[in-house]
Amino acid sequence: MDTPNTTFPRLLMAHARARPQAPAVREKDLGIWQTWGWADVAREVREIACGLASLGFKPGDNLAVVGANRPHLYMAMVAAQSLRGVPVPLYQDAIAGEMVFMLDDASVEFVIAEDQEQVDKLLECRALRQDGAPPLRHIVYDDPKGLRHYAHEGLLGYDALRALGRTYDEAHPGFFDAAVASGEPGDVGVILYTSGTTGRPKGVCQTHASFIAAGRGGVETDRLGPGDNIMSYLPMAWVGDHLFSVAQWLVGGFTLNCPESSETVTSDMREIGPSYYFGPPRTFEGLLTAVSIRMEDAARPKRWLYAKFMALARRVGADLLNGHPVALGDRLLYALGDLVIYGPLRNVLGMSRIRVAYTAGAAIGPDLFRFYRSIGVNLKQFYGQTETCAYVCLQQDGKVKLQTVGAAAPGMELRIAADGEVLVRGVSVLKGYHRRPDATAEVLDAEGYFHTGDAGVLDAEGHLRIIDRAKDVGRLNGGALFAPNYIENKLKFFPQIKEAVCFGHGRDEVCAFINIDSEAVGNWAERRGLPYGGYVDLATKADVLDLVADCIGQVNADLAAEHGMADTQISRFLVLHKELDPDDDELTRTRKVRRGFIAEKYAVLVDALYARRPEQYIETQVKFEDGRTGLVHATLKIVDAKRFPAVRAAA
Amino acid sequence: MNGGRPIGEVVLDVQNISLSFGGVRALSDISFDVREHEVRAIIGPNGAGKSSMLNCINGVYTPQEGAIMFRGRTFRHMNSRQVAEMGVARTFQNLSLFQGMSVLDNLMTGRNLRMRCNLFQQAIRWGAAEREEIRHREFVEHIIDFLEIQAHRKTPVGQLPYGLQKRVDLGRALAMEPQVLLLDEPMAGMNVEEKQDMSRFILDVNDEFGATIVLIEHDMGVVMDISDRVVVLDYGRKIGDGTPDEVRQDENVIRAYLGVEH
Repeated sequence: MDTPNTTFPRLLMAHARARPQAPAVREKDLGIWQTWGWADVAREVREIACGLASLGFKPGDNLAVVGANRPHLYMAMVAAQSLRGVPVPLYQDAIAGEMVFMLDDASVEFVIAEDQEQVDKLLECRALRQDGAPPLRHIVYDDPKGLRHYAHEGLLGYDALRALGRTYDEAHPGFFDAAVASGEPGDVGVILYTSGTTGRPKGVCQTHASFIAAGRGGVETDRLGPGDNIMSYLPMAWVGDHLFSVAQWLVGGFTLNCPESSETVTSDMREIGPSYYFGPPRTFEGLLTAVSIRMEDAARPKRWLYAKFMALARRVGADLLNGHPVALGDRLLYALGDLVIYGPLRNVLGMSRIRVAYTAGAAIGPDLFRFYRSIGVNLKQFYGQTETCAYVCLQQDGKVKLQTVGAAAPGMELRIAADGEVLVRGVSVLKGYHRRPDATAEVLDAEGYFHTGDAGVLDAEGHLRIIDRAKDVGRLNGGALFAPNYIENKLKFFPQIKEAVCFGHGRDEVCAFINIDSEAVGNWAERRGLPYGGYVDLATKADVLDLVADCIGQVNADLAAEHGMADTQISRFLVLHKELDPDDDELTRTRKVRRGFIAEKYAVLVDALYARRPEQYIETQVKFEDGRTGLVHATLKIVDAKRFPAVRAAA
Repeated sequence: MNGGRPIGEVVLDVQNISLSFGGVRALSDISFDVREHEVRAIIGPNGAGKSSMLNCINGVYTPQEGAIMFRGRTFRHMNSRQVAEMGVARTFQNLSLFQGMSVLDNLMTGRNLRMRCNLFQQAIRWGAAEREEIRHREFVEHIIDFLEIQAHRKTPVGQLPYGLQKRVDLGRALAMEPQVLLLDEPMAGMNVEEKQDMSRFILDVNDEFGATIVLIEHDMGVVMDISDRVVVLDYGRKIGDGTPDEVRQDENVIRAYLGVEH
């Protein structure tokens, strides 16, 4: 950690020398946790790197990484970096048509893929590639299941690659060490593709130096190191995973834990008991929804006990965590609560040993945030984007404020532009977009500030508060500032509401589309003996509309009490007849709503909302997971929401 | 269809089987063979005798006439235990899993025939019995991994959705390391996606475990996609036999399935 001029492969080698036996990576395989020590990882990386070299992988080549969080894939990333190549992790649930764009854009000739599903997709990409693009020469696969009889050229198993590597290493002793030694901190260490909320995805080139600086900032702030455990379960192509599971892992030297499958994350987490955890708000939301559902089904005394102690936690829990003074009686009661409610609850959530938990990616509902902190989970926020290694602001222990994302992280500078946009300069800012100097010029100004595209304000202590995307912030015809995400996030805190889309820019009032959470609302309907057949039926039930109207009423009450927000109360809403889905391009792969696209696709519904029609018939084509399409149709009721007069804060 | 495994010798030869229950003739004079490593389908309308045919092979029913030759040995009377010991496993149309037991335990029952320790040793689970259990557990874990049911290892089978229960049923049959796997309507009651998954698993079983597969299925589309050869039954008689393409063009088959044109 004390040599600033370093690269990820060199950090790995240093760990392998300093603590060869200490656990570096764990993965649950065949029901048993398998452990790699740092020396094992170093050896395996060496073999993969030599294997890739023997296939002709040169410095500057890109290695696409496609799959779930498997130790072999993480090691392959470092292996590519060892050869001064660049790993390009791609979202594993992208369809071939989306993936081929990135493969072409990054001129990828080498890929490491997880399994047959990904290999099939890559073979499809091979066929789809445009003339002139280099061929997808080598596809290495980790899990051989189902692939034994694939006779395609350039297909190679992971173990075969390692065997090639061992042979190459013997024939070229010193090759690997020389390659690692030749790496420069200023080399591009990874290309991460932006999720493409706006237009085509862009490849963000980040250097070893940037990501190492970002990793070090986090590791030092939270004193992470050997002995800490983290669960790696978010897409490897997401900048957050790269920061936590690669940069901080190699800087801090803690242990990476890979779940058995994407479905077993919750139970695997309980087994590992990570001390360090990160997840986008929706993961925390999902966990809380699961708990709420189970609580609602619990026996009456349990529900009573839960309600009592959660009220206490809301009152004093956050203060205890922040180290503020709390009365002795409350302290004693909280200790009792910890024994009977909070402790077991943390255990069920797999958070018994959490020292630090982070969330980012979207604004988190204050109530949701408060919930976790009140039961003793040290949940904090950070702020950043792919272009800044997800490292701009982070909340320091003891200085956590609900509404802000914290102060500028070590090595970073913040400035707010005249139009409210947040500008950032410092160690983690991108080198440039891959082959897009035009796009780079748009976001990086002459002074080296990166234009984040987020609108925010700095408070007196220098803490940043993000309001919305700068381009999303609009104005109502009445002149009030309209921040759609801000309202949508308030709505989404209700477990019954899964997605919300608000409209209002250039209009007289705010209207909303709602997606109900089929699990939470389904459970609610079952308990009330309300029969329903499928999502569409549930979404159009009058009782369900009343339920949603209640939620919206509460949000409106909230907005009425906030300065400058009263005019943006929701006037009318409807519950959509289908769930918004990334496969239908309504959400991005990171599940952010694409408001413009939705407004266009459902223009009929938007018009109906503003024309104050009582109901509207709609027909929509949907894409199923297997690629087929079908038609969903429904007549949607338009419901007026309860509005409140603006509350004037007493002068 | 058959990935790369060469289709081999005849492993199972059904010779002139006739079966009746009182006055009802369920099967009359059925003959067909099954070759090593192939996927062999038996299709036919409701009541055609498909399940009866499977039950004869499986030793549940004893046909009044005819014989079944398994790897060169001819059998006239078999019980289901003998059949299982010879390496024939099956799944059921109406699931017959142990509903209250976990997925893992259900799969472990499939290893029962291969356990050598006695009841007493297993009860105290010490020494040889423990080592044996670990060995079998490892095999079962491979099946769990193969069928992608890691998340449900400890879940009681009764709580799983139907499609997953079917997968567990297949897993239990696989735990026997069968040479011949009999599947009774593996895709009945499934939605399109589950059918696709199941088809993929059947082909992978055929490929990875090297098992010969005899399957009964209603869904013509699926059968034609994954089978090497198809037998068609109607009212207890064989009316067609051949590759999916041959069967599809067979006059008798078309008549049985689509009715006669007048």
